[in-house]
Amino acid sequence: MALDEHQPREFKVVGTRPLRPDGIDKVTGRALYGADMTAPGMLVGRVLRSPHPHARIKSIDTSAAKKINGVKAVITGADFPEVRKGEARNVLENCIAFDKALFEGHGVAAVAATSAAAAKAALRSIRVDYEILPHVTEIADAMKPDAPVVHQGFVEENVPAGHSENVITFAEYGHGDLEAGFAKADRIVERSFRTAATHQGYIEPHACLASMGPDGKADLWCCTQGHYAARAFCAAALGMQESQLRVTASEIGGGFGGKTTVFIEPIALMLSKKAGRPVKIVMTREEVFKASGPTVSSESDIKIGMTKDGRITAASAQLRYQGGAFPNFTIHMGSQSAFAAYDLAAVRSRGLNVLTNRPKQAAYRAPGAPMAIYAVESVVDELCQHFGLDPLEVRLMNAARKGTKSSYGPTFDDIGLIATLNAAKAHPHYSAPLGPDQGRGVSCGFWFNFGGDTSVSLNINFDGTVSVVEGNPDIGGSRASISMMAAEELGIPYDRVRTVVADTNSIGHNEVTDGSRVTFAVGLATIKAALAAKKEMCARAAKMWGIDEDAVVWEDGCAKPAGANAGDHDPMPLARIARKSPSTGGPIAGHHEVNADGAGVSFGVHLCDTEVDPETGATKVVRYTVFQDAGKAVHPDYVEGQMQGGAVQGIGWALNEEYIYGPDGRLQNPGFLDYRVPVASDLPRIDTQILEIPNPGHPYGVRGVGETSIVPPLAAITNAVSRAIGTRMSQLPMSPPRLLAAIRGKAS
Amino acid sequence: MVRVAVWGSLRTATDGAAEVEVEAATFKQVLDALARDYPGLAPQIERGVSLAIDGVIYKESWFTPVRADSEVVLLPLMAGG
Repeated sequence: MALDEHQPREFKVVGTRPLRPDGIDKVTGRALYGADMTAPGMLVGRVLRSPHPHARIKSIDTSAAKKINGVKAVITGADFPEVRKGEARNVLENCIAFDKALFEGHGVAAVAATSAAAAKAALRSIRVDYEILPHVTEIADAMKPDAPVVHQGFVEENVPAGHSENVITFAEYGHGDLEAGFAKADRIVERSFRTAATHQGYIEPHACLASMGPDGKADLWCCTQGHYAARAFCAAALGMQESQLRVTASEIGGGFGGKTTVFIEPIALMLSKKAGRPVKIVMTREEVFKASGPTVSSESDIKIGMTKDGRITAASAQLRYQGGAFPNFTIHMGSQSAFAAYDLAAVRSRGLNVLTNRPKQAAYRAPGAPMAIYAVESVVDELCQHFGLDPLEVRLMNAARKGTKSSYGPTFDDIGLIATLNAAKAHPHYSAPLGPDQGRGVSCGFWFNFGGDTSVSLNINFDGTVSVVEGNPDIGGSRASISMMAAEELGIPYDRVRTVVADTNSIGHNEVTDGSRVTFAVGLATIKAALAAKKEMCARAAKMWGIDEDAVVWEDGCAKPAGANAGDHDPMPLARIARKSPSTGGPIAGHHEVNADGAGVSFGVHLCDTEVDPETGATKVVRYTVFQDAGKAVHPDYVEGQMQGGAVQGIGWALNEEYIYGPDGRLQNPGFLDYRVPVASDLPRIDTQILEIPNPGHPYGVRGVGETSIVPPLAAITNAVSRAIGTRMSQLPMSPPRLLAAIRGKAS
Repeated sequence: MVRVAVWGSLRTATDGAAEVEVEAATFKQVLDALARDYPGLAPQIERGVSLAIDGVIYKESWFTPVRADSEVVLLPLMAGG
């Protein structure tokens, strides 16, 4: 996308706060989620999962299950055709094991039956002969040269020698002379950090309904962030042509990155193929925890040098991530983003990705960035505290800005970090007095934002209304923002536009709803589609007026003659052009297909006040304010919602949430009673301030806003807690027992 | 010629060089030239890469022009949430 795409303009619709289009459906129960889908003759699908974290599957005897009354199909990994190597194979193997169970909860067989009771009985009757293998679930253990090898064949060519075969990826970024930089520092802090794996915690479990006919054509309804990706994974798994598999995305009860892949859909399709009937699978919450995609857990060693007046002279990070038993890119994104908020002459981040006997990680808002930036921002705060410097002033002094060579390579264009830091500094929160046992924390956050393949069709209906058809499941209000951008561009009221998410056979390819891409990329394609429709409407008006179409312009929702030579014609509104369209050439539509680039990076700053009970170690977040650059906030309610939601999820990550594995390699807390996400009563109001530094790569200046907000909370809360208790915390979550131990350790 | 910056962990394939020069005028030509002139980069290019051209990250945009004075940075393929 051209960098001069953005043109300043006065908005009429964009920037307002109309009622959300999905609100009534969601509060009345009319919205259809994944588990709401039904079909005549539908069977109940269930998955048998490994109780062992690591075991060779010697044999699976399904003969008894097949004899149970009501059982219509039983499958194992052997029922799937050979899938070539690569991510398609990894995704399928993560759904159902081939020769080894790689984590507790790994699917090993599945059944479809006429009732849940029959399906349950069938699962109980399946006999799996396991050869139990040594397992490893922790990063340090998995890296040891003699560690059990989790999954062979993934070591990349540039991984340094000396590690076990579980260390599969090496990432390194940075520039400058570290040694010279550290020599200029008045103080150097080196500290190690750990973060636990967490889950996205979406309320809606994974659910799907699959129906394959005897002719091999199939339909799949599922809750997903990307039904085109689901189609590609499933078609590869079943050896189908993508055209023969239509996938429809349901309404979605949260995703946050965790629904960017498939966990049950290929199984449901294969069961349906074998049974000849529709099959529905709905995961239990325990299955969601054990067999969907949590975040990576991390270990990191950070070293930062600073002068006594606050200038960072050099910075380095050693990151180690584990993301389960399969490869992922997350270590690269963590290594790239660790120091992205800073303008540094000498910076280096190195990362290793490690396989363990845990479920395959999935994205979780800004995957890889929160853990790395948490560690960096904690050390920056420690240095500020040591020198008695204002943490926002220090960040302003060292902040990345236009022209900064980023720590991961490219030079930044217009970015909003300085503006967000200044906004935080000027906000009353920053100067408000603190009470006893309270501390205030600050952190910056960053995310890349993406664009990607996008298709939009915009139809001018005969009654003068507009239907926008797009292909990205709406996880954060995109249907509203897309309708608003269409209305803005066409010059008509918002309530005349409705945006729907089409199935995979109804519109061209769309990448997954991820990377904070949809309002940027689908919005861009919608604006281009509207431009195409406007061009056609001008041509129709020109025909009706009998003038050259170049003599017609579009203004305020009407075609107008351009200049005196075009003749004296009253403006012709969209509704009239639409009504006459059958007589002037037929239906009018615009469409646009693009691989959108130029998404524009996003920065945010969070301020957090916490109060720690010295008797119990319990932390209360007493005040929280989010500052974030949105480029242009199309629907500010949704933007604020993204900012608040990220902060809340980050509060859970910082204080309570944690995948806890026992020595047996089994997850100890696969439920919301023991894996505690924050609820409303745990939280203060999350205040927000939107900054608008236009993205040069979007016609309206839009940047993605969906991910950056989960990055700063980990360090903002850590810094607040560390200042409150007078000792630096370096492990998440900061649960009450862990904090109490730190407080007592300090006292002793 | 276009100067292309490669990230640190790929420098085993460029004899330690942080930047390499290739003959190219487009995104696709940069990748083809890198894989041809530095075969050690080919596995990563096969796994997936992006190019940042003058500060803008392009994912698979084969025909995006690259000028001799462009800032070109090789980056891995990224995924979001």
